[in-house]
Amino acid sequence: MASAESSAIAGLRRRGALDAGTATVWLVLLGAAIFLLIGCLRSTAFAGYTIQGLALGSVYGSLALALVLVYRATHVINFAQGELAMLTTYIAYQLMQWGLSYWVAFAATLAIAFALGTLLQVTLIRPVQHRSVIAVVIVTVGLFILIDGIVNWIWGADFKVLQSPFGFASFDVGGVAIPHKDVWVIGVVLVSVLLVWGLFRFTKVGLGMRAAALRPAAAALVGVRVDSMLAIGWGLAAVLGAVAGLMAEPFQFSLSPTFMQPILVYAFAAAVLGGLESPAGALVGGLAIGVTLTLIVGYVPQIGAELQTPFAFAVLLLVLLVKPTGLFGRREVRRV
Amino acid sequence: MRTQIPALASLLVVAAVLCVLPFILSDYNIYLAAQVGVFFVAVLGLNILTGYTGQISIGHGAFMAIGGYTTAVMSRDHHTNLVVTMLMALAICFVVGLIVGLPALRFSGVYLALVTFALAVSIPFIPLQYSTFLGGVGGVTSSEEVSNLWIYVAAWTCSALGFVLAWLLLRGRLGRAFRAIRDSEIAAVASGVELPVYKTLAFGISAAYAGVAGSLFVLATNGFANPDEFGVFLSLELLIGAAIAGLGSLWGILAGAAFVGLLPQVSNSVPVIGHNQGRDVVFGAAVILVMLVLPDGFAGLVARLRRLARA
Repeated sequence: MASAESSAIAGLRRRGALDAGTATVWLVLLGAAIFLLIGCLRSTAFAGYTIQGLALGSVYGSLALALVLVYRATHVINFAQGELAMLTTYIAYQLMQWGLSYWVAFAATLAIAFALGTLLQVTLIRPVQHRSVIAVVIVTVGLFILIDGIVNWIWGADFKVLQSPFGFASFDVGGVAIPHKDVWVIGVVLVSVLLVWGLFRFTKVGLGMRAAALRPAAAALVGVRVDSMLAIGWGLAAVLGAVAGLMAEPFQFSLSPTFMQPILVYAFAAAVLGGLESPAGALVGGLAIGVTLTLIVGYVPQIGAELQTPFAFAVLLLVLLVKPTGLFGRREVRRV
Repeated sequence: MRTQIPALASLLVVAAVLCVLPFILSDYNIYLAAQVGVFFVAVLGLNILTGYTGQISIGHGAFMAIGGYTTAVMSRDHHTNLVVTMLMALAICFVVGLIVGLPALRFSGVYLALVTFALAVSIPFIPLQYSTFLGGVGGVTSSEEVSNLWIYVAAWTCSALGFVLAWLLLRGRLGRAFRAIRDSEIAAVASGVELPVYKTLAFGISAAYAGVAGSLFVLATNGFANPDEFGVFLSLELLIGAAIAGLGSLWGILAGAAFVGLLPQVSNSVPVIGHNQGRDVVFGAAVILVMLVLPDGFAGLVARLRRLARA
């Protein structure tokens, strides 16, 4: 009797019936959006910071989404996600050195990233996957160091410049200069995220991947190839990472073997903020962190560039203390 | 008691070898052996937390930073005896560990990993902001320099004391409580283990070990503490060391410490690939390979060999 009742409640929760916590989250987000809108209307500098923050935030968001994809499928964090993105960006650089145009190199890089992600999952992650979370984490940490070494070996540690087609010009909207670059970055990230979402939502492969992530055993019983689905998941994560890497490059103005490391840190924060399980949460988390940090660096000199990382984590810690599963995470009910 | 005789014998052999080593090795190799000792203390501490209590931490480099800066600043400002600064590092890190353990009561698994990772990322920025007290980019140099032999003796004395202490702690009531928490928090609470007390205590003890290791670490780099040497990489190295040693066992720690202490130094000049890159390629590949071949680290290997010998 009691179990039937509790499963009914769980069913309601799953269908997204609003509980108090979720409502508060939406209210806070709405409040933040209104605050940003008013700020942008009143001050051009504020608007400039906000747009730059949104562009940076979408980069953090797409890498965070890559982390979330891997986490949903295998319940581990891929520490090498940022380095993988860095490696694929170097591959794009190399392709352009060989004379390909930016967008051709872009497409080719995404294909290579997919193959690379799938290959890594099959060769390195699958053997340790069923062992323990920490074993997988250690393997990804090893991969982090290995990729760093390989990139340094092939391309060297000096800065490289990727000729991005975005230019340095900017639109003028009511006195606010909006760089073309920012618009392109937001657009590209948005399109790739929508494509990935569409893949998950509307295709049979996507359905299989969702099933494999949620109930691996049951999915296998109805004929889903769970192992292949997990490998494809890693491939897609690598593609999103490659997008993040290529879009992050214009903000750093150059390519170096360490250029994704700070971005990975913010992507972690974004993913956790969004609840780790939630793709939408990862994007919202990324945007929130991007905008907040840009505004903080712009307006609060006491915190400034030096303390922005500790500050971001202090905020993250506070959010987690209030809501331990992040903004959009669901509380897990565990049987003992 | 009978079953512990081989273990005791192997401990005595290791101790004897460690006593003889400084008379054989060159000065540079004594320095390398001392490094292994430093990592031994830190990996031992991390293993108490991650291996025995099941609380993953990717932030132990931060505790090492706190310990190291304690030693460097006290020595610079007050010319304090270095052993006293190590005890201070131990005390401060114990308290900080207890405080960091508090949020750990609410997080578990991956979230705890990310919170501690955040700690590891944030800590190196603190000296940059408070540069008058903590030296900024230039770092802090302690007033005393010690010889490699001094470090060697200090590191391995700390390792021996730490090992015995850990063994005594973990075989009794405390260790049982820790393992109960690792295996199932809910079952542990149901059996009367006070989760808040033991979880924060595990963090405190583990951080205290890391603090002493950090203090030794700074002394081993000519008493010089700077933000770069306490980056995220250090925390990752400790976790790698603990995993290669084998989580939840004290018998592989020497191997884990030697792996992270020696491999990057030894593989510094790899042919073909070159200087720094060679180190990263070899280290990264070795980590992955060891994890693929030895699932439970060296402790698991020892256990497997022992089973083979008995059969």
